[in-house]
Amino acid sequence: MAKVKQIIELDDVVVKFAGDSGDGMQLSGSQFSDTSAFVGNDLSTFPDYPSEIRAPQGTIAGVSGFQVHIGHKEVQTPGDLADVLVAMNPAALKANLRWTKPGATIIIDIDNFDSNHYKKAGYTEDPLQDGSLEGFNLVKAPISTLTRSTVAEFGLDNRTAEKTRNQFVAGVLYWLFNRDMKIGENFISERFKKHPEYIQPNIAVLRAGYNFAETVEAMAVKFQVNPALKGKGLFRNITGNQATAWGLLAASERSGRKLFLGSYPITPATEILQELSVMKHLDCITFQAEDEIAGICSAIGASFTGKLGATSTSGPGLALKGEAIGLAVITELPLVIVNVQRGGPSTGLPTKTEQSDLMQALFGRNGESPVAVLAASTPANCFYYAYMSAKLAIEHMTPVILLTDGYLANGSELWPIPKVEDLDPIEPPLVQDNDMEYKPYKRDIESLARQWALPGQEGLRHRVGGLEKEDVTGIVSHDPGNHELMVRNRAEKIERISNYIPKQEIMGNKASDLLVIGWGGTYGALYTAVKELQEEGYSISLAQFTYINPLPKNTKEVMENHKKRIVCELNMGQFATYLRSKIPQFDYLQFNKIQGLPFMISELKTKFKEILEEI
Amino acid sequence: MIPECNIPLASPQDFSVDYDVKWCPGCGGHAVLSSIKKTLPELGIPKEKFVFVSGIGCSSRFPYYINTYGFHSLHGRGAAIASGIKVSNPDLSVWLATGDGDSMAIGGNHFIHILRRNIDVNIILFNNKIYGLTKGQYSPTTPAGSITKTSPDGTIENPFLPGELAMGSNATFFARVIDTDPKMMKEVFIKAAQHKGTSLVEVLQNCVIFNNKVHEDITGKEVRDENQLYLEHGKPMLFGKNKEKGIVRAGSKFIVGEIGKNGVSLADVLVHDAHNLEGTRHYQLSRMTLPDYPVALGVIRQCETDVYETLLEKQIVAAKARSSVKCVNDLLMSGNTFKIN
Ligand SMILES: Cc1ncc(C[n+]2csc(CCOP(=O)(O)OP(=O)(O)O)c2C)c(N)n1
Ligand code: SF4
Repeated sequence: MAKVKQIIELDDVVVKFAGDSGDGMQLSGSQFSDTSAFVGNDLSTFPDYPSEIRAPQGTIAGVSGFQVHIGHKEVQTPGDLADVLVAMNPAALKANLRWTKPGATIIIDIDNFDSNHYKKAGYTEDPLQDGSLEGFNLVKAPISTLTRSTVAEFGLDNRTAEKTRNQFVAGVLYWLFNRDMKIGENFISERFKKHPEYIQPNIAVLRAGYNFAETVEAMAVKFQVNPALKGKGLFRNITGNQATAWGLLAASERSGRKLFLGSYPITPATEILQELSVMKHLDCITFQAEDEIAGICSAIGASFTGKLGATSTSGPGLALKGEAIGLAVITELPLVIVNVQRGGPSTGLPTKTEQSDLMQALFGRNGESPVAVLAASTPANCFYYAYMSAKLAIEHMTPVILLTDGYLANGSELWPIPKVEDLDPIEPPLVQDNDMEYKPYKRDIESLARQWALPGQEGLRHRVGGLEKEDVTGIVSHDPGNHELMVRNRAEKIERISNYIPKQEIMGNKASDLLVIGWGGTYGALYTAVKELQEEGYSISLAQFTYINPLPKNTKEVMENHKKRIVCELNMGQFATYLRSKIPQFDYLQFNKIQGLPFMISELKTKFKEILEEI
Repeated sequence: MIPECNIPLASPQDFSVDYDVKWCPGCGGHAVLSSIKKTLPELGIPKEKFVFVSGIGCSSRFPYYINTYGFHSLHGRGAAIASGIKVSNPDLSVWLATGDGDSMAIGGNHFIHILRRNIDVNIILFNNKIYGLTKGQYSPTTPAGSITKTSPDGTIENPFLPGELAMGSNATFFARVIDTDPKMMKEVFIKAAQHKGTSLVEVLQNCVIFNNKVHEDITGKEVRDENQLYLEHGKPMLFGKNKEKGIVRAGSKFIVGEIGKNGVSLADVLVHDAHNLEGTRHYQLSRMTLPDYPVALGVIRQCETDVYETLLEKQIVAAKARSSVKCVNDLLMSGNTFKIN
């Protein structure tokens, strides 16, 4: 047995699992994250997969990855660079080396590093010999051969046997991070509940990986990441898409309005539809429509009958839904439109993240067509913002667009489990049967919301539709003055939502040298960069916006008293443009990245320092 | 589908709105509206349970002209809105008013999919073979060669027969009526309402302004006996002034035979079976066009099979019985959770 020369205690570690799409790296990744959560680490994960289902094996295009960031300290992003890289083949190595820290531990499946393999990956020379791995702690593990010999006794077919290799990888990491093997074994038993014949072989491979790590000299270093300081209580690991789906369910339960999701599959929003399609027991109906238009239209129909109507999509789908959003605006029906942003235009970068649908959400419709726009800022708070979107939609009788993005949707983080009864109540503006006072477009004097009278209710028959309606009575009207009044009413109704949402917060001093402004999914990176600079003594603050339209009431005050302001976003500057039109008194610098990738903390810090040092 | 209940009978006047119906005088739409108002009180459904949905077009103004719950939606999308309404509340009697442009052009996709799913919505397709509201452009049902505002040299497109499209989508109910025959309309609308599943009723509707008399060769007084075949389930398919003609078989095809001629007797005339799930005959009937055949009217197809909402309800009941997760708090606590002390 090799002696462990050193146990290194770390505040946080980033592990990247990379291999062919079929190598099961997503599973190794989630197994490792669950195990870390069990021992109380804070965590954030991000899968990174190609848009092709099975791109050619062994090529860069086919590399699928899963990054896990665990910490004793607070963890807000999946991390910039990896401390440990698992590369199942040369392509995985090549694609990830530049995202790996100098001196990192790199575990490779040596069985896949012959000339055949490295040429496929685009290497002309053997990467193990060309000096490119110098300075790294390279662990050459015969993962394929050892896995094969381990499972030989179970009589699995070759394909199934190959699939257990990810457990070898997991085993190595259990040793490396000093993890309890029981957790891994339980994970496997749970995972293969429906295929008990796979449980034993997978556990055997897991142990083989562990034993291998323990016996080889190269693994003389172990890492220790102690439990996080994050509060006490019950937590779960949740992705943004799952949290979005569950937030809608919570709003449905709290409002007493059954949930109806009309949707059409599109990356990276599909999991919302999938997740809700298994929620029939919670009275949720999912309608997989023939296209995005039918998806939203069926949801509008559902809202008309008194359900919580919702639709989920991504950029190209939002474009198709534009006309129907206008219909929900003019009929003043509640509707939640979840748009999981991805790189555009057109099909663009389907599996990559971007924040470039902001203008589309705000303005991408014909006519004066105001809607409320919210943006979630972490995977877990997609739950809260989906809930709030539904609450605002129902109480203010309006469509609400919730923006998330590919990064939030697929990423996950540890989340303190809330109780439904602790969420703000939702009060639908329903009408009593035979209410003689009911008029379709009579408004609440404070919120300007109209009432929700449902087909089937006695004495409330009325008609809604896309033609302009007379104020109060709801009769079709082309009267010029009435149209202007109705346009202004609809705009004012959205504006008044600012009376019902929280004030914008600032992380840091209300007066600083540099105010960093972000919105939505960039929160983790911006927060970490700003926090680290604050700790280094810089005068820097962060305002991360989640209520986009209307903006919080104190937005102008938030902008005041800073020497400079910089708006950081993953697009060409859409929020900056919006702020310039809404709060024109100030100058806004911009930092934009349009690579389909999230911000790196390091690049943000470099940029902010540059500005701070000029002041 | 008609929910059972004891309610005071409504009258056609109960469905009138107290403002003007703005279709052109003489438009076929008026007759359809009046038939529908006479149909609804006979269905035994409380008046607040009716919902009329539509797309955009002259015909799609329908919901504004009838005092029920109503939804005038987007061009072509009425079928999707109606689907959401019916699936959300199967207790409602949901009707869709749509035009040939609305359903066959921009809404073609939604049209075939509502039929395929067999959601219990009653569709009234106003086929005037022209775009009325936009003032006279050709539609997907305009006869080939027609001169219209956008086809000054005659259309060079093959028209759809809505029935063909419906059969191709596995529709469970298809009927055809003419706007000049209120008795036929009411009879058929009642059957459409009673049918469980999507019912499609094509109304051959006249647009006096942009396509006047387009159906005249079917509906005209002098020709109608010769050119209309009114179908009734279980009855021989006879037509002609003295019912002297009938549909007979010639190999796998139908032809028109005259009783007493070429050895054709009444026994040779085929009996209409609207209920046969296998739809070849219904397809053939729906395709019959002048001059070789009379045009089939009445209920061409009416087959009972699974209805979307019913299947869905079964799945919901089963899921509730199966799952131990009864509320969102249960859901939040399900699966892997981690206790941090
Ligand atoms: C998205 C969109 N495209 C085009 C139109 C214009 N438009 C309104 S009605 C119509 C055609 C209506 O024809 P049809 O459905 O046959 O109804 P009719 O007026 O003949 O009853 C068109 C093209 C529209 N309202 N919306
Ligand atoms: S234009 Fe034609 S279809 Fe439209 S209302 Fe006039 S007659 Fe009817």
